[in-house]
Amino acid sequence: MKYHTPHTFEEAAGIARTSSGTLRYLAGGTDVLVQMRADIMTPDDLIDIKHIDGVKTITKRDDGGWDIGVAVAGAEMSEHADLCADWPGVIEGMDLIGSTQVQGRATLVGNLCNGSPAADSVPAMMAAGVTVSVTGPNGVRQIAVQDVPTGPGKTCLAADEVVSAVHIPARGDHGGDAYLRFIPRTEMDIAVVGCAVNLRLDRDVISEACVALGAVAPTALIVADAAKALIGTTLDTDALAALAQAASDACNPIDDKRGTIAFRKDVAGVLAQRAAKIAYSRAKGA
Amino acid sequence: MALDSKTTEFKYIGTRPNRPDGLDKVTGKALYGADTFAPGMLHGVIVRSPHAHAKILKIDASKAMAMKGVKAIVTRADFASDLEGDDWDLLENVMAGDKALYDGHAVAAVAATSQLLARDAAKLIDVTYEVLPHVTNVDEAMKPDAPVIREGAANYSVPEGMHPNVVRHTEFGHGDVEAGFAQADLVLEKSYTTEAVHQGYIEPHACLAQMGADGRGELWCCTQGHWFVRRMCASLLGIETANLRVTASEIGGGFGGKTTVFIDPVALALSRKANRPVKIVMSRSDVLRATGPTASASMDIKMGMTKDGRITAASGVFRLQGGAFPQAPIETTTMCAFACYDVANVHHVGFDVMSNRPKQAAYRAPGAPMGAFAAESMIDELCRELNLDPLDVRLKNAAKEGTKASYGPTYPRIGLVETLEAAKAHPHYQAPLKDNQGRGVASGYWMNWGGETSVSLAISEDGTAQVSVGTPDIGGSRASMALMAAETLGIPYENVRVNVVDTGALGVNEPTHGSRATYATGLATIQAAREAITKLCKRAADKWGIDADAVVWEDGCAKPSGPNAGEFPPLSIGEIAAEMGSTGGPISGHFEATPNGHGGSFGTHIVDVEVDKETGHTSVVRYTVVQDAGKAIHPAYVEGQFQGGAAQGIGWALNEEYIYGSDGRLQNTVFLDYRIPVASDLPMIDTVIVEVPNPGHPYGVRGVGETGITPPLPALANAVAAATGVRLRGLPLSPPKILAALQSKSDG
Repeated sequence: MKYHTPHTFEEAAGIARTSSGTLRYLAGGTDVLVQMRADIMTPDDLIDIKHIDGVKTITKRDDGGWDIGVAVAGAEMSEHADLCADWPGVIEGMDLIGSTQVQGRATLVGNLCNGSPAADSVPAMMAAGVTVSVTGPNGVRQIAVQDVPTGPGKTCLAADEVVSAVHIPARGDHGGDAYLRFIPRTEMDIAVVGCAVNLRLDRDVISEACVALGAVAPTALIVADAAKALIGTTLDTDALAALAQAASDACNPIDDKRGTIAFRKDVAGVLAQRAAKIAYSRAKGA
Repeated sequence: MALDSKTTEFKYIGTRPNRPDGLDKVTGKALYGADTFAPGMLHGVIVRSPHAHAKILKIDASKAMAMKGVKAIVTRADFASDLEGDDWDLLENVMAGDKALYDGHAVAAVAATSQLLARDAAKLIDVTYEVLPHVTNVDEAMKPDAPVIREGAANYSVPEGMHPNVVRHTEFGHGDVEAGFAQADLVLEKSYTTEAVHQGYIEPHACLAQMGADGRGELWCCTQGHWFVRRMCASLLGIETANLRVTASEIGGGFGGKTTVFIDPVALALSRKANRPVKIVMSRSDVLRATGPTASASMDIKMGMTKDGRITAASGVFRLQGGAFPQAPIETTTMCAFACYDVANVHHVGFDVMSNRPKQAAYRAPGAPMGAFAAESMIDELCRELNLDPLDVRLKNAAKEGTKASYGPTYPRIGLVETLEAAKAHPHYQAPLKDNQGRGVASGYWMNWGGETSVSLAISEDGTAQVSVGTPDIGGSRASMALMAAETLGIPYENVRVNVVDTGALGVNEPTHGSRATYATGLATIQAAREAITKLCKRAADKWGIDADAVVWEDGCAKPSGPNAGEFPPLSIGEIAAEMGSTGGPISGHFEATPNGHGGSFGTHIVDVEVDKETGHTSVVRYTVVQDAGKAIHPAYVEGQFQGGAAQGIGWALNEEYIYGSDGRLQNTVFLDYRIPVASDLPMIDTVIVEVPNPGHPYGVRGVGETGITPPLPALANAVAAATGVRLRGLPLSPPKILAALQSKSDG
């Protein structure tokens, strides 16, 4: 195994281009190091991206949005008061990953690129419209988070591409987001179902909405029908029922050790309703 | 050795000093299984079967052996070939013979100069398998067309016509159950299941073995009982017992699962072959796949009750699978199921069934929680249908001194009634419940154990004492032994140091199991201290020129027994010890026996749960353990045992389970998916220590470690039934099951 410490993303992508074996990037390491220790995977090239300038910074852009460095840990995000005020749902998704100790290392990008359908931060980023910068041989391109995962453990990134930044849109007025997951325990578990809702209000009426589900399909997914069920409503009983139905219908889950198909479909509807209520109340400024 | 002392007004017993091993443990200085190293040490890795059931056609280790750094490879051929019975089973589990019998079964092992090299070498050991049909479910394993795990494994007890996977059978009871059912106003008959769960100790198995060319060995390992390890390893390696010295490391949990061996004989065999020290440390996946979970159970219970709550008859059929070996604990399951009650008509049938799973190992009251789940759930079902208070019904039927136990003997003094009364009087039992909450209660029993025990106590020159014991300290036993020695000798707790010594230093000691250490090692410590006191008194008598009989021992001093003995100022232990070299030599006491006056411990638990009816998620919102300790030597560690038993029982009840795929492979081999409760899943577990002295211990001690895991399984199921109106008769009470049950109730 070769351990690399590039100082630019271009250099990192260059190392990736010449690697012929198993390649992994090391940011927080909360997936990679565990996989190495458990003898699941031993990389031939391990590229530590923490030596690149700016990877540990959280920056508010002029447009009111946020740029998050690829090595910013969950704990740094959840202790950032302004970021938490803008995007509590995104923070909730990130904060649910692992233990307190893991929060000191784990990153948004690691959670995204690990490719787990159950990744907690991904539905919230999708609902929020988060994009990532990807550095590759032809420079930098922008990709929406929803386009990154392509299947369990798989992403759309080429072998010589590396995510170089995360961009969260400006919150704007009268918006709110929330993320909930179901686990049988209270923490240290993996989502059986995850659901994020991001919405905006015009007075009491929902004018924009995005609903994303995790752990109910090969990738996290945006449920357009669920958003439709919300838009134009005041989150009344009928809207909630339609939301739950749309969320349940969108599920394409598996029966496995973590939950059954029927359970995941049912709970997706329940979590969608609960997350929508929280997002709605946040948008109201409650 | 009977109860022969005051049981109140102790000076040290019943206090809560810090444990002597505490500082080392919280500062990281304590040495656990993986914490030792030896010059020239190799790392061992075990090759495990990926198949649930397969013939091993060929093992080709040539590529691995050719690797630089690889020093030895062992297979079954490197172990004893003349074993029978339990020893053969043990070896068959430690290293597969002709067949791999479960996913994770060891088939070969390699030692190399680094862990990474050993891991790579293990991947190059080429094992050719012929995959066979498998079975992992107990009921499936009994069916006529089930794959046969091993022909001829059944013993004499199995009735004719049963599948060869049924290897042992038990049947006993008393009275006339049919007549008893006829007297009942309500008779229910239901089936219950529990899943296999793992002990889940934090510390994976680890050892460091050295076998020299002279056939002598040294083993450092994490175990509950190093004499057991010595005997088992010596047998599997075909060496004499005295040629192997075993030292127990500190232990990060065992719960019964570290009373046997898995990696220790393999490390010794590798060391013998490589002629270098070999260390093996299991991964969590190894632990879950290949060390002892419990048995799983499928049970049918029939019970009759009168309108006023009298149990007229109880019968149960208990089918347990304990892996691919005959060992499922059907005896204790049947013995404990109805043991809390005075039932005139009772009948038990037990079947021990083999399947393609790892060899079950002891887990905290092994066998008892399954039977308790079935029996105590049934009592709750009867109480609900008859609209009776579950504690009143238990009080009405409670076994007490003189009751003929469901499993035969007549109880001596026991404390079930006292736990039930304390539970009923506890504020928890009357506390109001909120929406979606429900309360459950259940009682449980474990008979506890004595076992072979040998303890030495030596007085130092300054009047302090050192105690050498052979039972590893899992739950604070050094502190408990020090308290009992201090009480007996009349010296401060801090003046007693308790050491867990190696197998070369004492006669045979059974492991810290069966809730026996505080009882048996404690009894031996007290007796050893009393022998030392006799010698101390003799030295004083000699000095004073009076009869030894005329000297008494009080508050750490020898004193004349009365005015007739003479007028002498007291001689302290320090004064006598300071001169002992010139008054007859070192003073020590020793005691060894197999004490059998252990007293059973009963417990009653109350639990409140809140069920999210939209998701089936259960939260434990309040929990109270009431249990008879006999005498709590160190109350904080008694409470710790109560809480630990409840926590593990809550895990077993709610989310823990061995999940096998259709391929017979274990699906959840890490703690992410093997769902032990985490700290935030549990409320503060309240405890009430009841003290009904055990007549078989000088200070009245019973064991407390195991009983506490017995009531939680049914108590949780009863609470969920109260909260939801649906009765789940299969564990775990996982959210998908609860949600499905709620939905079918509303559909129906």
